[in-house]
Amino acid sequence: MKTMSRLLAATMLVAGLASAAHAKTFVYCSEGSPEGFDPAPYASGTTFDASSKPVYSRLTEFERGTTNVIPGLAESWDISEDGTVYTFHLRKGVKFHTTEYFTPTRDFNADDVIFSFQRQNDKNDPWYAYAGGTWEYWTGMDMPNLVKSIEKVDDYTVKLTLTAANAPMLANLAMDFASIMSKEYADKLAAEGKQPDLNQLPIGTGPFQFVAYEKDAVIRYQAFADYWGGKQKIDDLVFAITPDASVRVQKLKAGECHLMPYPNPADVEALQSDDSVQLMSQAGLNIGYLAYNTMMKPFDDVRVRKALNMAINKQAIIDAVFQGTGQVAKNPIPPTMWSYNDNIQDDPYDPEAAKKLLAEAGVKDLSMKVWAMPVSRPYNPNARRMAELIQADYANVGVKVEIVSYEWAEYLKRSQDKERDGALLMGWTGDNGDPDNFLAVLLGCSGVGGSNRANWCNEEFNALVTKAAAVSDMAERTKLYEDAQVVFKKEAPWATIAHSTTYVPMSKAVIDYKVDPLGSHRFDGVDLAE
Amino acid sequence: MFGFILRRLGLLIPTFIGVSLVAFFFIRLLPGDPVLLLAGERGISPERYAELMHRFGFDLPLWKQFIYYFTDLMHGDFGTSISTKKPIFNEFFTLFPATLELSICAVIFAVVLGVPAGVIAAVKRNSWFDHTAMATALVGYSMPIFWWALLLIIVFSGILGWTPVSGRISLMFFFPKVTGFMLIDSFLSGKAGAFQSAASHLILPTIVLGTIPLAVIARQTRSAMLEVLGEDYIRTAKAKGLSPFRVVAVHALRNALIPVITTIGLQIGVLMAGAILTETIFSWPGIGKWMVDSIFRRDYPAVQGGLVLIALIVMGVNLVVDMLYGLVNPKIRHQR
Repeated sequence: MKTMSRLLAATMLVAGLASAAHAKTFVYCSEGSPEGFDPAPYASGTTFDASSKPVYSRLTEFERGTTNVIPGLAESWDISEDGTVYTFHLRKGVKFHTTEYFTPTRDFNADDVIFSFQRQNDKNDPWYAYAGGTWEYWTGMDMPNLVKSIEKVDDYTVKLTLTAANAPMLANLAMDFASIMSKEYADKLAAEGKQPDLNQLPIGTGPFQFVAYEKDAVIRYQAFADYWGGKQKIDDLVFAITPDASVRVQKLKAGECHLMPYPNPADVEALQSDDSVQLMSQAGLNIGYLAYNTMMKPFDDVRVRKALNMAINKQAIIDAVFQGTGQVAKNPIPPTMWSYNDNIQDDPYDPEAAKKLLAEAGVKDLSMKVWAMPVSRPYNPNARRMAELIQADYANVGVKVEIVSYEWAEYLKRSQDKERDGALLMGWTGDNGDPDNFLAVLLGCSGVGGSNRANWCNEEFNALVTKAAAVSDMAERTKLYEDAQVVFKKEAPWATIAHSTTYVPMSKAVIDYKVDPLGSHRFDGVDLAE
Repeated sequence: MFGFILRRLGLLIPTFIGVSLVAFFFIRLLPGDPVLLLAGERGISPERYAELMHRFGFDLPLWKQFIYYFTDLMHGDFGTSISTKKPIFNEFFTLFPATLELSICAVIFAVVLGVPAGVIAAVKRNSWFDHTAMATALVGYSMPIFWWALLLIIVFSGILGWTPVSGRISLMFFFPKVTGFMLIDSFLSGKAGAFQSAASHLILPTIVLGTIPLAVIARQTRSAMLEVLGEDYIRTAKAKGLSPFRVVAVHALRNALIPVITTIGLQIGVLMAGAILTETIFSWPGIGKWMVDSIFRRDYPAVQGGLVLIALIVMGVNLVVDMLYGLVNPKIRHQR
């Protein structure tokens, strides 16, 4: 009955808005259903698009369309000399959403910040286990080891103490898992024994407030009039959940939605020539690569890795697998990321030289495995096809390839095996726009047997990226990461294959949408032509 | 009749136990587990992996896990989804009305077109109608659902603009859920155009989901009719001077319907399989798509609970079909 009255009220609210002159409703044909509306327990972009992006704000934010970190709920911050203490000065007068299910009595303050982080960090926090205790990003970004303490200095000052200097921390705090929840709302739910509602009926300080969710079908939001960043130009935001990419295109063309994510690569050309559609694109913040297991013979020999790199015709892969919607990769980080070292020369496609180098390394009649993922990912839409092309390229230099594949979960498991044979297709999409998120996570010594699929632990490289994470001077960090890329290229633990391009088709009526380099879809600041 | 129902109900108990066993072990036979999928490309440390497996109770011996799960089932607890953290029972019955509504429409579509087509094809055996209808049925039966659905969308929604592309109702309508059946709820909402919108959204998915059952029912009706039409009592009826319509509609059809009803009951399983694809394409918020998503996420509780609930429903439907069968054919209900 409660739900009924809530829905009725929401209906009346929406009806009221609809009758107001020219209410602008923006419809987004999203690709899937959110797992919940509290972003912190989850790790999928689909969930973040529906929760953290519209409903919540964070201490720091990513500037729209970039990976620049700008002030959010923290108006400013000081960092101690040694880089381990961050003092955040919070914005005053920030309102939480007022909805049918919650009316805040106070503005946002330091208690909300402490609550939002402590529930993920402290195993004894009463909220730690409420959503299964799977705080995926908090652990994934190594926060339990980085954070020493989070303290309230006064109502509008929070002190974050780290165990060691960590320059990417400001970017981490702009990520979805660091969204700020209302402590007052959480307390109310706890008192009523309705903890799961925190994940279903969200309250935040973001640009849109939650109205209703019909599972697997529709999510409704409305612009939050008291949003600290100013009221949005659109009045209502609706997610029409549409899992099939071809159907999303049809809906866009039929005017049933204004914007859609993830078109099939095969549909991109047709969309480009469609007059009713505008197609935006941006180089994705990702990398698709082939990781040699550098712990196993003969891939422990850099000459073998170099030779195999030279045997791959990457342009042919871009044409066949990405159908042109990607670019050849020479570095482990994408070109849109700061510190990208453009002076690096890629290993040339040269089968003859590759043969010679293999002979020099004393490798004859090599037969190896190439692992191909069973799923389509942004950085690799068709790993099987890619593996076949690599197989043919390697055959040209006398290397026999057996392609192996497992079901995705099993693949992920076996990919972490240090004894794994051969080379593995894998990839990565950036979380926070910081090079550390690629170089240290994917190639640092601590990732061996985990996210470092090449099991490559190079002292020189590791020292460079470790130092770069600890210093806060941008110029110095840039230099260190540039040097790290030089070491990477010289040592060739991977064949860097491609960075894909993200395409976002939208109606011509959409004004000022910015494609997010981090791959999310956010609608603050967007408008619709009358 | 009462004894007949009791006997049928008694059979449900071993079936239920069997289904719970299969549901439990089936999802665990698939390689990989939910924790690995949660971690994705990032990978996971052995300690964290062990911690999460323990949290979900997946580190217990299988037999123990099964006993806990079965005990919970007996208490009506179908578990909690790993992904959404919500009770499976609620998740299931939030989505089930959408699947049921679509399935009922598809069955009605299949029966209303299939039975008459089969009857006419049988009566006019070897005529052009017979050949065309049976050839069409064969094509309908063999058509990939995915392809058929996209074709219909492109033609009727894209080019002609007659039907909406996907969804259950136009987004401009927003009213409280009463029954979960969009046709009924839209009618109850009293909003102008809501019912029409819901109905127009049903057309294409109904056709897509109903195509295979339609083909099967048409062919089954035809062969059952042919058999019956050759019986002595039909000749007698004709000899009595009854009108051809009466002979076919009353004397022949009534007997021919017995195997047809069984066929319709059996189509429920086919509908569930078809619903998975149909729901995905038409963005239909039903249980078919939910089950597939849960399997991909290795959401063990959701898959187990969902399978058991589906099995319970199919068992219920079969029971009703059996009872109908008993009503139509007294021979069955008096069998010992």
